[in-house]
Amino acid sequence: MNNFTYQKVSNPNDALNKISKNNAANFIAGGTNLIDLWKYNLAHPKTLVDINGLNDYKIIKEDEHGGLFLGALATNSDTAYHKLVEERYPLLSKAILAGASAQIRNSASNGGNLLQRTRCYYFYDASSPCNKRNPGSGCPAKNGLNRIHAILGTSEDCIAVFPSDMCIALAALEAVVHVKSPDGEREIEFSNFHRLPGDTPELDNNLKVNELITGISLPSEGFAENYSYLKLRDRNSYAFALVSVATGMVLENNKITKIRIALGGIAHKPWRVVAAEEFLVDKSPTEENFASAANMILKGAKGFGKNDFKIELSKRAIVRNCIMALHPESQRPGAQPSL
Amino acid sequence: MQDKNSSNTTNFSSNSNATKVQLHINKTTLHLHVMPWVSLLDAIRDHGKLTGTKKGCDHGQCGACTVICDGKRILSCLTLAVMKDCSEITTIEGIANGEVLHPLQTAFIEHDAFQCGYCTPGQICSAIAMLEEGKADTRDEVKEQMSGNLCRCGANTNIIDAIMEFKDKRNE
Repeated sequence: MNNFTYQKVSNPNDALNKISKNNAANFIAGGTNLIDLWKYNLAHPKTLVDINGLNDYKIIKEDEHGGLFLGALATNSDTAYHKLVEERYPLLSKAILAGASAQIRNSASNGGNLLQRTRCYYFYDASSPCNKRNPGSGCPAKNGLNRIHAILGTSEDCIAVFPSDMCIALAALEAVVHVKSPDGEREIEFSNFHRLPGDTPELDNNLKVNELITGISLPSEGFAENYSYLKLRDRNSYAFALVSVATGMVLENNKITKIRIALGGIAHKPWRVVAAEEFLVDKSPTEENFASAANMILKGAKGFGKNDFKIELSKRAIVRNCIMALHPESQRPGAQPSL
Repeated sequence: MQDKNSSNTTNFSSNSNATKVQLHINKTTLHLHVMPWVSLLDAIRDHGKLTGTKKGCDHGQCGACTVICDGKRILSCLTLAVMKDCSEITTIEGIANGEVLHPLQTAFIEHDAFQCGYCTPGQICSAIAMLEEGKADTRDEVKEQMSGNLCRCGANTNIIDAIMEFKDKRNE
């Protein structure tokens, strides 16, 4: 049986000591992904270190740079409904609320959201080969059921996607991840947190084994005037994205002065193309300009048969979402397309 | 019944790794010895002998195991009993006032909001907590907020009808 021992900790150094002395120890916060992976025999912790007692990491507060600090242990719900998040970073609020279900968001932590594993069918099926789960065993998704899989940044070894909604907004907001280890603390830019599969698809991100996420900071620009999150999926709610888009925009005299566009559901990490965002600066917010940017963002996209539709869908989703960002009030529950 | 339950040490406390856990379920305190890997759901059902909370998928995909824990609706299958030591938990058995049904339970009956009834305890716990959260107003918002509770009989329309009626009456 897949047994483990369990310990609660109440200070960060204690947590880090416990994890660094035991290779098979895992932190547990909400547990909504880890417990599921454990039940599927995909995660094999020997010790669970419960970090829910680290109360300092539950807070959400304004920081000294005019931004907002989101504690790693604040729940997804508490973050999405926090007054300052709703007011200043509504893009993040909408993206969080488009993910999972209310019950899961009530348990799931912000730090855990960053670390959730892919929902690739083959990764979840312990009896099938998977380079992410069992390096070197092969990737059946490339020639198999790959409707939900990646079209950008894929490798010979893996075409899995990262399933988060929250992280797509965090990518557009250019958040920074704060981590702590026995060696000290460091900050990781959001674009460098998750990684492409390359020939080491077993690694989802650049967090080291002895590091603990303590929080996420948001820069002062929250795109509260012009933003939109669009999520396209096989049912209108409680499903992972086939394609999702987060757009934040600043307009002056009907010209774009700053724009961030991040895509979810199509790659091993939140997908941004800086050149496309730069292309849009000083341009009018028109369908034509957004379509040109969409072509730049999808440059090099490659389907694997059952996910070929995602290339055109992504382009249209980008255009649609950028137009929706001009009228944020038109957004509907569940990040559905505006009517 | 409480003493009998707490002294029932089979299955879950077969060795010294068993942990003492107190769960305050429906205003009754339950003292358990559980192994760390016992889900809150299994603790409630197998230890607490409260089988109203249902195990549907056991993977967080269906919502049948929804309980209200410290005021929040959560999935009891995706949390461990040891993580919820000293928590206040409400299950479907704690919703009615003795023999008097909760108005939402009555609304479910009036609106024919179930066929097989397996998802119903989770639906009702979820809906009550949702209305406490106060984040859903319109029918579309209620549907979105209830999407974590699946009904394979397809009674969803009637479920939403029942919730909307209860919600409107509650606000009167």
